[in-house]
Amino acid sequence: MSEQPHGLIHPDLRSDRNESATGQDGKRLDHAEGASQPLRSKSREKQPRGAKIRGDAPIDQSEAANRFIAATEHEKMHDERLWDLRKKRDHIAHGIDEWEELRELASQIKQHTLAHLDQYLEQFEAAAIANGVHVHWAADGAEHNRIVHGILADHGAKSLIKSKSMLTEECGLRPYLKGVGIDVIETDLGERIQQLDDEDPSHVVVPAVHKMRADVADIFAEKLGTDPNNDDPNYLAEQQRQATRPLILAADAGMTGANFAVAETGSFVVCTNEGNADLSSNVPPLHIASIGIEKLIPRLEHLGVFVRLLARSALGTPMTQYTSHFRGPRKGGEMHIVLVDNGRTARLGMPEFWSSLKCIRCGACMNTCPVYRRSGGLSYGATYSGPIGVILDPTFNKRKYSALPFSSTLNGSCTNVCPVKINIHEQIFAWRKVLSEEHEIPLLKHAMMKAAGEVLSHPALYRMAVGAADSALRHLPRFLIYNPLNT
Amino acid sequence: MRVGLFIPCYMDAFEPDVGVATLELLERFGCDVDYPFDQTCCGQPMTNTGCHAESAATEALFVKNFSKFDYIVGPSGSCVHQIREHLTAIDQTDEVRAVRARTYELTEFLHDILKVDAFPWAEFPHKVGVHYNCNSLRGIGLASPSELNKPFYSKPKDLLSKVKGIEFVEPARWDECCGFGGTFCVFEPGVSAKMGYDKVSDHSRAGAEYIVSADSSCLMHQKGCAERIGLPIRFIHIARILNGATA
Repeated sequence: MSEQPHGLIHPDLRSDRNESATGQDGKRLDHAEGASQPLRSKSREKQPRGAKIRGDAPIDQSEAANRFIAATEHEKMHDERLWDLRKKRDHIAHGIDEWEELRELASQIKQHTLAHLDQYLEQFEAAAIANGVHVHWAADGAEHNRIVHGILADHGAKSLIKSKSMLTEECGLRPYLKGVGIDVIETDLGERIQQLDDEDPSHVVVPAVHKMRADVADIFAEKLGTDPNNDDPNYLAEQQRQATRPLILAADAGMTGANFAVAETGSFVVCTNEGNADLSSNVPPLHIASIGIEKLIPRLEHLGVFVRLLARSALGTPMTQYTSHFRGPRKGGEMHIVLVDNGRTARLGMPEFWSSLKCIRCGACMNTCPVYRRSGGLSYGATYSGPIGVILDPTFNKRKYSALPFSSTLNGSCTNVCPVKINIHEQIFAWRKVLSEEHEIPLLKHAMMKAAGEVLSHPALYRMAVGAADSALRHLPRFLIYNPLNT
Repeated sequence: MRVGLFIPCYMDAFEPDVGVATLELLERFGCDVDYPFDQTCCGQPMTNTGCHAESAATEALFVKNFSKFDYIVGPSGSCVHQIREHLTAIDQTDEVRAVRARTYELTEFLHDILKVDAFPWAEFPHKVGVHYNCNSLRGIGLASPSELNKPFYSKPKDLLSKVKGIEFVEPARWDECCGFGGTFCVFEPGVSAKMGYDKVSDHSRAGAEYIVSADSSCLMHQKGCAERIGLPIRFIHIARILNGATA
């Protein structure tokens, strides 16, 4: 910032406000907090919205990213907030001597489990049934939603409180249940913000990370009746808590996802920082857990490896505040597990892409991705965004997500932070080949590459292109470097 | 030692000085250097776009041009990465595999093969920030990336530290991508340019007079970005510093 006579200006009126770094007491803040700013800037920047969705037409991530970058305050906040998580991750990971071995171990445990997934799933199911749990199998999102609806209908349940679950986002559970007259209340604060704003989560761990405090104040003012001029995070969080608690206490059923499912015990583990999974599962008498079949690990002892990696990779903290183990229904209650495939077995059969099933949804690849940090998660127009998103999304819809693997510089940082060592950037590279061969890349792009290949394989044509005095002929190497914004 | 000089296409067109510096540098260390005149490109623009079939003829031409050398050396880690890791659109004959294995980036060749310990002619009395192309860093290991819990090393810095008068500055995000990304900067110009603006600003805040790199492609992108936002920072390829350029 420019040198201003700071002594003359009240600190609250300075323009160089930084949302994420420090609180009012000057101390560093944890991820879920934000510094309180009693005064607002006069002209407030509107939150940029995500990619335009038009049926199965390819998502134009670049277009949405440009709008995000044009919202300079949001882009700066988003980039810095997530880079801060990346730095915290480095700090804590580099403090553990065996960090790289832990990553390798986690990767091998996942590889082993995925290679014997059929056996471990059967083992898990048998153990869960023995624990008194009802186990259901869903081939796809639609079947998952029908099963969940069926369980709720059997109990006459009209309201469902749930903790954060990317799987239920994948399945489109919330809109489905809304359509059949069941109220869904998200209990994760970020996810609740997104629900109230009718937006998808923009990040797998911090779903509202693209929003500034004033954006949240606007939504809460409209939906919860809070003071629109108060964007103090403590105030906003407390208001949400007061508004949501009665709904939790009155809910007919609760739902969680799972971070890990242990085959030998038939139990599952949910990691949260807000304790909301415990409320969702323990307050109502009925607990439904939706679990993707790739969440399996063989034994309880393996959990130690993943729990050490998860929160450190995600937020740079040693543990999540809550690591809740669920084994069976409590007295007088009922527990259901829905094991969901939704494209996972098909992905397991893809030689170049199966290892993406190792993902534990920590979001580290998103935090480190320079493109994601400057684009916002909603620019990808898909359930999963960032590096892991661009390799998962085309498995759901090759045409719709055909452009996403090109929203990467292939810099490889994602691969290096991945706690289960998924070769993310190599898979992005491999997806480009698949999409090109299956004619899912724009004709113009293909034609340009064909022309480039033609010239670059013929020395005489190439010499003409490079050496000619006529600058028009120098076009070829030039187009490989320059765009209108870096010239 | 017969060395084939591999000069990337964009460098041939826009930065021939770097090619000349590379040649002179290798000859100073006694290499028998030849420049196959029929060379064009490594094929990266096509393969990075997923168009491997369109890259095959260019890859075959590369192998034909360079199969007779003991070593193939190029002043671009990104292009060398393409040869070593991604030259796969053609049959992997013994000849193809040998060419791929013998291809080196200039600084790793000086550092690992020639084991150079002095550049008596080199003097660069400036503050420099070092930029690593991502393929050079995470692909062929010119330095250790910040994500990994491993001891730090940097081959370019090892070499540059033997240059008289040079002073290093440390940008906050020293190994974040600059947004060039090959055809990424053509097909996603908005994000690419923003990353470039942030990159040159970071070096500038750290006090760099020059950004130095073993890859010209990133530097050309960054130079355009710096001019766009009016930063008076300068750019130079490492080959020119090691060969004795003083500015």
